[in-house]
Amino acid sequence: MVDKISPSVEAALADVRDGSTVLVGGFGGSGVPEELIDALIAQGARDLTIVNNNAGNGEVGIAALFKAGRIRKLVCSYPRQVDSHHFQEAYRSGKVELEIVPQGTLSERMRAAGAGIGAFYTPTGYGTDLSKGKETRVIDGKGQVLEYPLHGDVALVKAERGDRWGNLVYRKSARNYGPTMASAAKVTVAQVYEIVELGGLDPESIVTPGIFVTRVVKVPRKQSAYRAPAGGSVTRGISGRAAAGR
Amino acid sequence: MSYAKLTRDEIARRIALDIPEGSYVNLGIGMPTLVGNHLPKDREIFLHSENGILGMGPAPARGEEDADLINAGKEPVTLLTGGAFFHHTDSFAMMRGGHLDIAVLGAFQVSVSGDLANWHTGGDAIPAVGGAMDLAIGAKNVWVMMEHLTKEGAPKIVERCSYPLTGIGVVKRIYTDLAVIEVTPRGLFASRLVAGLVFEELERLSGVPLHPSSARAAA
Repeated sequence: MVDKISPSVEAALADVRDGSTVLVGGFGGSGVPEELIDALIAQGARDLTIVNNNAGNGEVGIAALFKAGRIRKLVCSYPRQVDSHHFQEAYRSGKVELEIVPQGTLSERMRAAGAGIGAFYTPTGYGTDLSKGKETRVIDGKGQVLEYPLHGDVALVKAERGDRWGNLVYRKSARNYGPTMASAAKVTVAQVYEIVELGGLDPESIVTPGIFVTRVVKVPRKQSAYRAPAGGSVTRGISGRAAAGR
Repeated sequence: MSYAKLTRDEIARRIALDIPEGSYVNLGIGMPTLVGNHLPKDREIFLHSENGILGMGPAPARGEEDADLINAGKEPVTLLTGGAFFHHTDSFAMMRGGHLDIAVLGAFQVSVSGDLANWHTGGDAIPAVGGAMDLAIGAKNVWVMMEHLTKEGAPKIVERCSYPLTGIGVVKRIYTDLAVIEVTPRGLFASRLVAGLVFEELERLSGVPLHPSSARAAA
């Protein structure tokens, strides 16, 4: 019998090695696999390359990974947020390398990795500082930039429900990078609030088929009250646990 | 003669009224978000959010916020009946693939040839691009919403952008607090100047060659 259910977040991440590239889902505070990130901190892997849309917020999640000094490199589209101070400190002091990637290119590079594409041309970023040093071509009259796949050793994603075959469904805009990241890593660990029996997910509505998922681990549902961003258009960790200051 | 600049809400209202029914529209973070508050109630317009929402609705009532339902600026929003969720890669396929009719973006500078600079002020600032470059090259129509001049009074429509570029030759129209400027291969055409502002004064303030829109119609 195939059973991808892990008994705990600790067990699900036991084999993450130093130097791994870890794809971490989430956009701002939505879809962030906070329990898995906490478990990664406890697990102790160092020298990590983290791929995420942002650079961590406040004291939790990726921010806590920065604080713990575990990140060597961040691949990211938008790290400039008021409460990303742990990243900013590490970046300013030269402890972390930063690769800025336009958001759609970040996502498409992971899609390419998951889909077995060798490289692709995209018009995004052509003629800008973010395409400096990259190969370019004019295709259909449009300047395009050659971009390579972005593979993960591990992907950490947050979904709403899963089954023992690894099928996943998400909730609202918390889906964001989850499905793409799940396809792009050697090992994909999904945290879910609910595990259902096989057949409990409508096959027409499964968003991530289990072939992309290595392990599923259930975490307790939190009070997910929305917390207003600090200082305008910046993000915060959005969770009851974060609100409680842990 | 004296004139009053438009407020941000007045610019947003102008833009909102120019969006046709049935349009798929992305409103950039910051000032362009205001456009959503002025969309005519009798038009069906699809707002897209880069984090995987089509048919995005207004902010929820206090206490109704959902941490899993936020916009690109990470503020709580709602979903209209008939709206849809999808993943990031599909969302950027919509943006890059030319499926959006209009993107309304803020800007530090726009050049006379439609180059857009809106992601980075250079220097020591931590670079952060988000989805700006994808929207700039992908939307069928890129409209910029910005003040005509900087706080120091310097023109923001320039011969050549001094800030790092977001996209080359992408801007079609600029809505400012003084006028609406069409960016065309034959130059910049100004219309809808605020009451009391004459064309010559607008051109003097702008610091780049402008044509009155009547000249465009005649050409």
